[in-house]
Amino acid sequence: MMEFLTAHFATILFYILAGLTVAGGIGVISFKNPVHSALSLLGTFLMVAALFVLQHAEFLAAVQVLVYAGGILVLFLFVIMLVNIKRMQPEQVFLSRVAPLAVAVGITLGAIIAGLLLAGSLGHPAAAPAALQSVQGQHVGNTEAVGWVLYTKYLVPFEIVSVVLLVAMVGAIIFGRKDPTLEGRGGRMEP
Amino acid sequence: MSPATIIPIPHTWVLALSAVLFVIGTIGVLLRRNGIAIFLSLEIMLNSANLAFVAFALQFAAGRSIAVALTGQLFVFFIIGIAAAEAAVGLALFIALHRLRETIDVDRFNILRW
Repeated sequence: MMEFLTAHFATILFYILAGLTVAGGIGVISFKNPVHSALSLLGTFLMVAALFVLQHAEFLAAVQVLVYAGGILVLFLFVIMLVNIKRMQPEQVFLSRVAPLAVAVGITLGAIIAGLLLAGSLGHPAAAPAALQSVQGQHVGNTEAVGWVLYTKYLVPFEIVSVVLLVAMVGAIIFGRKDPTLEGRGGRMEP
Repeated sequence: MSPATIIPIPHTWVLALSAVLFVIGTIGVLLRRNGIAIFLSLEIMLNSANLAFVAFALQFAAGRSIAVALTGQLFVFFIIGIAAAEAAVGLALFIALHRLRETIDVDRFNILRW
Protein backbone atom coordinates (compact mmCIF):
# COMPACT_ATOMS: atom_id res chain seq x y z
CA MET A 1 0.00 0.00 0.00
CA MET A 2 2.73 2.42 1.01
CA GLU A 3 4.78 1.48 -2.01
CA PHE A 4 1.81 2.05 -4.29
CA LEU A 5 1.23 5.48 -2.78
CA THR A 6 4.89 6.43 -3.18
CA ALA A 7 5.09 5.21 -6.75
CA HIS A 8 1.89 6.93 -7.81
CA PHE A 9 2.40 10.03 -5.69
CA ALA A 10 2.60 12.37 -8.70
CA THR A 11 -0.40 10.73 -10.34
CA ILE A 12 -2.62 11.02 -7.27
CA LEU A 13 -1.53 14.60 -6.74
CA PHE A 14 -2.26 15.38 -10.37
CA TYR A 15 -5.79 13.98 -10.13
CA ILE A 16 -6.54 16.06 -7.03
CA LEU A 17 -5.05 19.24 -8.50
CA ALA A 18 -6.73 18.75 -11.86
CA GLY A 19 -10.10 18.24 -10.21
CA LEU A 20 -9.70 21.37 -8.11
CA THR A 21 -8.51 23.36 -11.14
CA VAL A 22 -11.52 22.39 -13.22
CA ALA A 23 -13.86 23.00 -10.26
CA GLY A 24 -12.39 26.47 -9.84
CA GLY A 25 -12.78 27.19 -13.54
CA ILE A 26 -16.40 26.10 -13.53
CA GLY A 27 -16.92 28.25 -10.46
CA VAL A 28 -15.53 31.28 -12.30
CA ILE A 29 -18.05 31.01 -15.11
CA SER A 30 -21.04 29.99 -12.95
CA PHE A 31 -20.94 32.32 -9.93
CA LYS A 32 -23.24 35.26 -10.46
CA ASN A 33 -21.33 37.58 -8.15
CA PRO A 34 -18.07 38.72 -9.82
CA VAL A 35 -16.27 38.75 -6.46
CA HIS A 36 -17.05 35.05 -6.02
CA SER A 37 -15.84 34.44 -9.56
CA ALA A 38 -12.57 36.23 -8.85
CA LEU A 39 -11.98 34.25 -5.65
CA SER A 40 -12.74 31.03 -7.52
CA LEU A 41 -10.18 32.12 -10.10
CA LEU A 42 -7.68 32.53 -7.26
CA GLY A 43 -8.13 28.85 -6.47
CA THR A 44 -7.57 27.96 -10.12
CA PHE A 45 -4.37 30.04 -10.24
CA LEU A 46 -2.96 28.38 -7.12
CA MET A 47 -3.78 24.89 -8.41
CA VAL A 48 -2.14 25.69 -11.75
CA ALA A 49 0.92 26.87 -9.82
CA ALA A 50 1.01 23.52 -8.03
CA LEU A 51 0.71 21.78 -11.41
CA PHE A 52 3.71 23.84 -12.61
CA VAL A 53 5.71 22.39 -9.72
CA LEU A 54 4.65 18.89 -10.78
CA GLN A 55 5.88 19.74 -14.30
CA HIS A 56 9.32 20.81 -13.01
CA ALA A 57 8.69 24.53 -13.57
CA GLU A 58 9.31 25.71 -10.03
CA PHE A 59 10.26 29.26 -10.98
CA LEU A 60 7.09 29.68 -13.02
CA ALA A 61 5.05 28.40 -10.08
CA ALA A 62 6.48 31.18 -7.93
CA VAL A 63 5.85 33.75 -10.68
CA GLN A 64 2.32 32.45 -11.07
CA VAL A 65 1.58 32.95 -7.39
CA LEU A 66 3.29 36.34 -7.20
CA VAL A 67 2.06 37.91 -10.45
CA TYR A 68 -1.29 36.22 -11.06
CA ALA A 69 -2.59 35.54 -7.57
CA GLY A 70 -0.88 38.50 -5.96
CA GLY A 71 -1.02 41.13 -8.68
CA ILE A 72 -3.53 40.58 -11.45
CA LEU A 73 -6.24 39.14 -9.22
CA VAL A 74 -5.97 42.02 -6.75
CA LEU A 75 -6.32 44.37 -9.71
CA PHE A 76 -9.46 42.52 -10.76
CA LEU A 77 -10.91 42.74 -7.26
CA PHE A 78 -10.14 46.46 -7.12
CA VAL A 79 -11.94 47.07 -10.40
CA ILE A 80 -14.93 44.91 -9.38
CA MET A 81 -15.26 46.99 -6.23
CA LEU A 82 -14.89 50.24 -8.19
CA VAL A 83 -17.38 49.29 -10.89
CA ASN A 84 -20.04 47.57 -8.81
CA ILE A 85 -19.96 50.03 -5.96
CA LYS A 86 -23.53 51.14 -6.56
CA ARG A 87 -25.11 47.72 -6.93
CA MET A 88 -23.18 44.94 -5.30
CA GLN A 89 -26.10 42.60 -5.86
CA PRO A 90 -25.37 40.00 -8.53
CA GLU A 91 -27.16 40.56 -11.80
CA GLN A 92 -30.44 38.75 -12.29
CA VAL A 93 -29.70 38.04 -15.91
CA PHE A 94 -26.05 37.13 -16.06
CA LEU A 95 -25.99 34.80 -19.02
CA SER A 96 -25.81 35.93 -22.60
CA ARG A 97 -28.80 35.50 -24.86
CA VAL A 98 -26.93 32.95 -26.96
CA ALA A 99 -26.09 30.61 -24.06
CA PRO A 100 -26.85 27.25 -25.77
CA LEU A 101 -24.86 28.34 -28.81
CA ALA A 102 -21.96 29.33 -26.54
CA VAL A 103 -21.88 25.92 -24.87
CA ALA A 104 -22.08 24.16 -28.24
CA VAL A 105 -19.21 26.23 -29.63
CA GLY A 106 -17.15 25.53 -26.52
CA ILE A 107 -17.66 21.78 -26.68
CA THR A 108 -16.87 21.65 -30.39
CA LEU A 109 -13.71 23.68 -29.82
CA GLY A 110 -12.75 21.41 -26.94
CA ALA A 111 -13.09 18.31 -29.08
CA ILE A 112 -10.95 19.87 -31.81
CA ILE A 113 -8.24 21.03 -29.42
CA ALA A 114 -8.13 17.75 -27.52
CA GLY A 115 -7.86 15.83 -30.78
CA LEU A 116 -5.06 18.03 -32.09
CA LEU A 117 -3.12 18.01 -28.82
CA LEU A 118 -3.34 14.27 -28.36
CA ALA A 119 -2.59 13.51 -32.02
CA GLY A 120 0.44 15.81 -31.89
CA SER A 121 1.86 14.46 -28.66
CA LEU A 122 1.38 10.70 -28.93
CA GLY A 123 4.39 8.57 -29.69
CA HIS A 124 6.97 11.07 -28.51
CA PRO A 125 9.66 10.34 -25.93
CA ALA A 126 8.93 10.50 -22.24
CA ALA A 127 9.80 13.49 -20.13
CA ALA A 128 13.36 14.13 -18.95
CA PRO A 129 13.31 16.66 -16.12
CA ALA A 130 17.10 16.54 -15.73
CA ALA A 131 17.52 18.39 -19.03
CA LEU A 132 15.65 21.35 -17.57
CA GLN A 133 18.12 21.81 -14.76
CA SER A 134 21.62 21.70 -16.21
CA VAL A 135 23.53 24.67 -17.60
CA GLN A 136 26.64 23.73 -19.55
CA GLY A 137 26.75 20.29 -18.00
CA GLN A 138 26.41 21.66 -14.50
CA HIS A 139 23.40 20.76 -12.40
CA VAL A 140 21.58 23.90 -11.24
CA GLY A 141 18.08 24.70 -10.04
CA ASN A 142 15.21 25.61 -12.31
CA THR A 143 15.35 29.28 -11.30
CA GLU A 144 19.02 29.62 -12.17
CA ALA A 145 18.50 27.84 -15.48
CA VAL A 146 15.54 30.08 -16.37
CA GLY A 147 17.52 33.18 -15.47
CA TRP A 148 20.49 32.03 -17.49
CA VAL A 149 18.40 31.47 -20.63
CA LEU A 150 16.30 34.60 -20.07
CA TYR A 151 19.31 36.91 -19.95
CA THR A 152 21.18 35.32 -22.83
CA LYS A 153 18.97 33.89 -25.57
CA TYR A 154 15.79 35.79 -24.73
CA LEU A 155 17.26 39.12 -23.68
CA VAL A 156 15.62 41.16 -26.49
CA PRO A 157 12.10 39.71 -25.99
CA PHE A 158 12.54 40.31 -22.26
CA GLU A 159 13.26 44.01 -22.88
CA ILE A 160 10.35 44.24 -25.31
CA VAL A 161 8.01 42.85 -22.64
CA SER A 162 9.19 45.57 -20.27
CA VAL A 163 8.35 48.20 -22.91
CA VAL A 164 4.92 46.58 -23.46
CA LEU A 165 4.26 46.75 -19.72
CA LEU A 166 5.25 50.42 -19.67
CA VAL A 167 2.93 51.19 -22.60
CA ALA A 168 0.11 49.30 -20.89
CA MET A 169 0.67 51.27 -17.71
CA VAL A 170 0.57 54.60 -19.55
CA GLY A 171 -2.49 53.46 -21.51
CA ALA A 172 -4.29 52.40 -18.34
CA ILE A 173 -3.64 55.80 -16.77
CA ILE A 174 -4.91 57.60 -19.87
CA PHE A 175 -8.05 55.45 -20.05
CA GLY A 176 -8.68 55.72 -16.36
CA ARG A 177 -8.52 59.49 -15.95
CA LYS A 178 -11.53 61.73 -16.33
CA ASP A 179 -12.17 62.99 -19.85
CA PRO A 180 -12.76 66.76 -19.73
CA THR A 181 -14.43 66.86 -23.15
CA LEU A 182 -17.07 64.34 -22.06
CA GLU A 183 -17.58 66.10 -18.75
CA GLY A 184 -18.10 69.36 -20.62
CA ARG A 185 -20.85 67.83 -22.73
CA GLY A 186 -22.88 66.91 -19.72
CA GLY A 187 -21.14 63.77 -18.59
CA ARG A 188 -23.00 60.53 -19.20
CA MET A 189 -24.93 60.21 -22.39
CA GLU A 190 -27.48 57.64 -23.43
CA PRO A 191 -27.53 56.52 -27.05
CA MET B 1 12.04 3.32 -1.46
CA SER B 2 13.90 6.10 -3.20
CA PRO B 3 12.13 9.16 -4.67
CA ALA B 4 13.40 8.23 -8.11
CA THR B 5 10.80 5.48 -8.36
CA ILE B 6 7.89 7.94 -8.50
CA ILE B 7 6.08 7.36 -11.77
CA PRO B 8 5.87 10.66 -13.71
CA ILE B 9 2.56 11.98 -15.03
CA PRO B 10 1.90 11.27 -18.70
CA HIS B 11 2.01 14.59 -20.54
CA THR B 12 -1.19 13.74 -22.41
CA TRP B 13 -3.11 14.09 -19.15
CA VAL B 14 -1.76 17.58 -18.62
CA LEU B 15 -2.64 18.47 -22.19
CA ALA B 16 -6.16 17.12 -21.71
CA LEU B 17 -6.53 19.23 -18.57
CA SER B 18 -5.27 22.22 -20.55
CA ALA B 19 -7.90 21.59 -23.24
CA VAL B 20 -10.64 21.30 -20.62
CA LEU B 21 -9.57 24.58 -19.02
CA PHE B 22 -9.47 26.31 -22.40
CA VAL B 23 -13.01 25.14 -23.16
CA ILE B 24 -14.22 26.36 -19.77
CA GLY B 25 -12.66 29.75 -20.54
CA THR B 26 -14.20 29.87 -24.01
CA ILE B 27 -17.64 29.03 -22.68
CA GLY B 28 -17.22 31.69 -20.01
CA VAL B 29 -16.25 34.35 -22.55
CA LEU B 30 -19.26 33.51 -24.72
CA LEU B 31 -21.68 32.98 -21.85
CA ARG B 32 -21.18 35.83 -19.44
CA ARG B 33 -22.48 39.36 -19.86
CA ASN B 34 -20.46 41.03 -17.13
CA GLY B 35 -17.31 42.42 -18.77
CA ILE B 36 -15.11 41.61 -15.80
CA ALA B 37 -16.37 38.02 -15.69
CA ILE B 38 -15.37 37.78 -19.37
CA PHE B 39 -11.89 38.96 -18.40
CA LEU B 40 -11.70 36.36 -15.65
CA SER B 41 -12.57 33.69 -18.22
CA LEU B 42 -9.86 35.06 -20.51
CA GLU B 43 -7.35 34.55 -17.72
CA ILE B 44 -8.43 30.90 -17.48
CA MET B 45 -7.73 30.51 -21.20
CA LEU B 46 -4.27 32.08 -20.81
CA ASN B 47 -3.54 29.74 -17.90
CA SER B 48 -4.56 26.70 -19.93
CA ALA B 49 -2.13 27.78 -22.67
CA ASN B 50 0.59 28.17 -20.02
CA LEU B 51 -0.11 24.67 -18.76
CA ALA B 52 0.24 23.24 -22.26
CA PHE B 53 3.52 25.15 -22.81
CA VAL B 54 4.99 23.81 -19.56
CA ALA B 55 3.91 20.25 -20.37
CA PHE B 56 5.48 20.42 -23.83
CA ALA B 57 8.65 21.97 -22.41
CA LEU B 58 9.02 18.99 -20.09
CA GLN B 59 8.18 16.50 -22.80
CA PHE B 60 10.65 17.75 -25.38
CA ALA B 61 13.48 18.54 -22.95
CA ALA B 62 15.30 15.23 -23.36
CA GLY B 63 18.66 15.50 -25.12
CA ARG B 64 18.40 19.20 -25.87
CA SER B 65 20.50 22.11 -24.69
CA ILE B 66 19.15 24.14 -21.82
CA ALA B 67 18.28 27.13 -24.01
CA VAL B 68 16.09 24.95 -26.22
CA ALA B 69 14.67 22.84 -23.40
CA LEU B 70 13.50 25.88 -21.46
CA THR B 71 11.88 27.64 -24.43
CA GLY B 72 8.41 26.54 -23.37
CA GLN B 73 8.88 27.78 -19.84
CA LEU B 74 10.25 31.12 -21.08
CA PHE B 75 7.19 31.50 -23.30
CA VAL B 76 5.01 31.07 -20.23
CA PHE B 77 7.04 33.79 -18.53
CA PHE B 78 6.37 36.17 -21.42
CA ILE B 79 2.69 35.22 -21.56
CA ILE B 80 2.34 36.11 -17.88
CA GLY B 81 3.88 39.52 -18.62
CA ILE B 82 1.55 40.13 -21.54
CA ALA B 83 -1.42 38.97 -19.45
CA ALA B 84 -0.56 41.58 -16.82
CA ALA B 85 -0.47 44.30 -19.49
CA GLU B 86 -3.74 43.07 -21.00
CA ALA B 87 -5.48 43.03 -17.62
CA ALA B 88 -4.32 46.58 -16.82
CA VAL B 89 -5.50 48.04 -20.14
CA GLY B 90 -8.73 46.04 -20.25
CA LEU B 91 -9.76 46.91 -16.72
CA ALA B 92 -8.98 50.59 -17.32
CA LEU B 93 -11.24 50.38 -20.38
CA PHE B 94 -14.04 48.93 -18.27
CA ILE B 95 -13.61 51.68 -15.70
CA ALA B 96 -13.85 54.28 -18.48
CA LEU B 97 -16.93 52.55 -19.94
CA HIS B 98 -18.54 52.34 -16.53
CA ARG B 99 -17.95 56.05 -16.02
CA LEU B 100 -19.64 56.73 -19.34
CA ARG B 101 -22.56 54.31 -19.22
CA GLU B 102 -22.81 53.13 -15.59
CA THR B 103 -22.82 49.50 -16.66
CA ILE B 104 -20.31 46.89 -17.76
CA ASP B 105 -22.89 44.61 -19.34
CA VAL B 106 -21.28 43.88 -22.70
CA ASP B 107 -24.67 43.20 -24.31
CA ARG B 108 -25.42 46.88 -23.86
CA PHE B 109 -22.32 48.06 -25.71
CA ASN B 110 -23.79 47.50 -29.12
CA ILE B 111 -22.92 50.74 -30.86
CA LEU B 112 -19.49 51.99 -31.84
CA ARG B 113 -20.05 55.66 -31.18
CA TRP B 114 -22.23 57.66 -28.86
